[in-house]
Amino acid sequence: MSATAADAVDGTLEVADPGVLGRHLLGIEGLDRAALEEVLELTDAFAEIGRRPIPKVPALRGRTVATVFFEDSTRTRMSFDTAARRLSADTVAFAAGSSSLSKGEGLRDTIEVVGSYGADLLVVRHPMAGTAHRIAGWTDAAVVNAGDGCHEHPTQALLDCYTLREKRGALDGMRIAIVGDVRHSRVARSNVLAFTALGAEVVLVGPATLMPPAVGGWPVTVAHELDPLLEELDAVYLLRMQRERITEGLIPSIREFATDFGLTAARTARLRDDALILHPGPTNPGVEISAEAAADPRSVILDQVANGVSVRMAVLFLLLGSGRAPAVDAEPTRGVTS
Amino acid sequence: MSVVLKGGRVIDRTGERTLDVEVGDDGRIAAVGTGLSGDLDLDASGCVVSPGFVDLHTHLREPGQEEAETIETGARGGSLGGYTALVAMPNTDPTTDCVAVVDQVRNLGRRSTCEIVPSAAMTVGRHGADMAPMGELVDAGVGIFTDDGTGLQDPRLMRRVMEYSVGLAGRLGRPVVLAQHCEVSALSAGGYMHEGEWSSRLGIPGQPAEAEELMVMRDIALVRLTGAHMHFQHLSTAGSVAMVRKAKAAGLPVTAEATTHHFTLTDAACASYDPVYKVHPPLRTDADVAAVKEGLADGTIDAVATDHAPHAPHAKERPFDQAPPGMLGLETAFALTLDESGLDLPDVLAVLSWRPAAIAGVTDRHGADIQPGAPANLCVVDPDETWTASGAAMASRSLNTPYEGRTMRGRVRHTIRAGEPVVVDGEARR
Repeated sequence: MSATAADAVDGTLEVADPGVLGRHLLGIEGLDRAALEEVLELTDAFAEIGRRPIPKVPALRGRTVATVFFEDSTRTRMSFDTAARRLSADTVAFAAGSSSLSKGEGLRDTIEVVGSYGADLLVVRHPMAGTAHRIAGWTDAAVVNAGDGCHEHPTQALLDCYTLREKRGALDGMRIAIVGDVRHSRVARSNVLAFTALGAEVVLVGPATLMPPAVGGWPVTVAHELDPLLEELDAVYLLRMQRERITEGLIPSIREFATDFGLTAARTARLRDDALILHPGPTNPGVEISAEAAADPRSVILDQVANGVSVRMAVLFLLLGSGRAPAVDAEPTRGVTS
Repeated sequence: MSVVLKGGRVIDRTGERTLDVEVGDDGRIAAVGTGLSGDLDLDASGCVVSPGFVDLHTHLREPGQEEAETIETGARGGSLGGYTALVAMPNTDPTTDCVAVVDQVRNLGRRSTCEIVPSAAMTVGRHGADMAPMGELVDAGVGIFTDDGTGLQDPRLMRRVMEYSVGLAGRLGRPVVLAQHCEVSALSAGGYMHEGEWSSRLGIPGQPAEAEELMVMRDIALVRLTGAHMHFQHLSTAGSVAMVRKAKAAGLPVTAEATTHHFTLTDAACASYDPVYKVHPPLRTDADVAAVKEGLADGTIDAVATDHAPHAPHAKERPFDQAPPGMLGLETAFALTLDESGLDLPDVLAVLSWRPAAIAGVTDRHGADIQPGAPANLCVVDPDETWTASGAAMASRSLNTPYEGRTMRGRVRHTIRAGEPVVVDGEARR
């Protein structure tokens, strides 16, 4: 099957299994290789739309996507918002920020209120693990987890896989290091599941205090030194480091962390020519990644951002546009040529 | 009005026999025998007549959080669960740390369907800084002191409370019991479930077993130093059980309880992210569950307690970190202990009735042998009846049972409190 943007526009987009994601996208957990590949393949069609002069199709016209963010975010919210608009969905935004709602009071009420605006899909971010799962049980709308505490961030993993696949064809056999604060990283948890499901080998690298307490059952190896690994990596994935890890007694200083685990210019120079450098953003230059590494030709950080929109279009389309809905408008396209 | 429990198997500390039990107007057992009848005859055939149950660990929420539970509703749930006495935890608002609140709790209890046995805080406001007026409280009849909800962190103050309590035994007429919620808060802070494979996978920050075990270890050392009677609340880890076993073997005056949820549920339940499974200490691993059952089997753990902790529904609809810890327990304790503890029926009754009665210092009224003249605090249980738990059907003002929809075996049919049939055929009479 080869999906094209034109198919998406006129509603005949052929999706092998429109229900591949089920009702919600709460995590990578539970998705197998075939499901991940189907989403990535569909993403190609939406990436093509993004390259057009007018990157917009009516696929989700009349549908409403609500971003419900209980935690500050600029990038992820913009990415989902852009994806929804390119599919002609209406968007509404709820931001709890630092209001009392972020303390959890009336969480269910909030969701019911958002639902009453007619949202068909909620994009939820929350600082505590599992909140998107809970919300999915309280609403008729589809729910996409846009990051729940230290748990999962599935669309980030999908866009990372898409980026790796775009550059290398497939993830099979790749050796990928995920470096830094794995313990607190939802990006790491989702990527461990996604990378390994697609055939890559994952090594988690960081100080012992920043590893999850028990990773015995995870399909990964753990290393506490980065230097011995550099030459053998196909990709190095750097996680954002938070300053509060010092006051929590997890590391002695940012300087020591940067010295031991940061992708410095010297370490970048030791990476293979075909190695890829990834980061979920926003970066802390000079901490987990040097300015040189970020600007290195092997860095695909900006590709990740661009691919994020395409992947999220695919996810929104799968959850709202195919099978679920009054769905895709079959009337002729307007102002769009392919 | 006389009541006769007809044709049941009577089981108490002395053993088992099949007899009718007649309860007189004076709230005492009038007669045991065959062919008895009274103003009200209650069928106990196929059932077991036991001394009423005693819960060492009940949060009744009054005063202060009547939205979640009141002494009246909590006691009704207790009666439905076969309990005739409930030890009320002092984490009320205001804290039960002075005679005025103790009197209030006890007085409200007198109108309820259970005997409410107030415990009091070890420290003022449960802040862990200053000793509560323990002498005054002992003179008001308090025999159990606890800062439950938190452990007393400062080892120096804990030592002083222990020493002071030893000196109060004469005034109380028996040893004062100090009940500890073992949790070193510096290690548990920021953890919302058991730390291990499940917490790692779920991304919920965990608290290690060692947060409990370090305080068990400390308090055993301080018992050795002071001779105080320490009761360990809700033991939940294999390491804790092993330490208490060793302390008992060494002859130290320690006792322990386990809750029903710590031998029937594991941390895997948190995978639903439903805070109904959030509790302190947290649900642990299969190995810990097995160790708790072993502790019950060999007597290391003296009693099953509920840690009945009602929370209003909206409170449990918060995110996992912000939802309060605790779960309902009074109405499911008998069935769960019968079904899952691994104990034989007589031992089930022992850990629910006369053993906790001894720790609570109420053996003159509860857990007593069933014979003429004994106080009529009794329950009649059907060990074969199966039923399905439902929070909405429970007497509690709250719904937070972790056993919603679970079918279990063993049901309380009748409960007699001070001679009054407060539960008849599984229904509360008031």
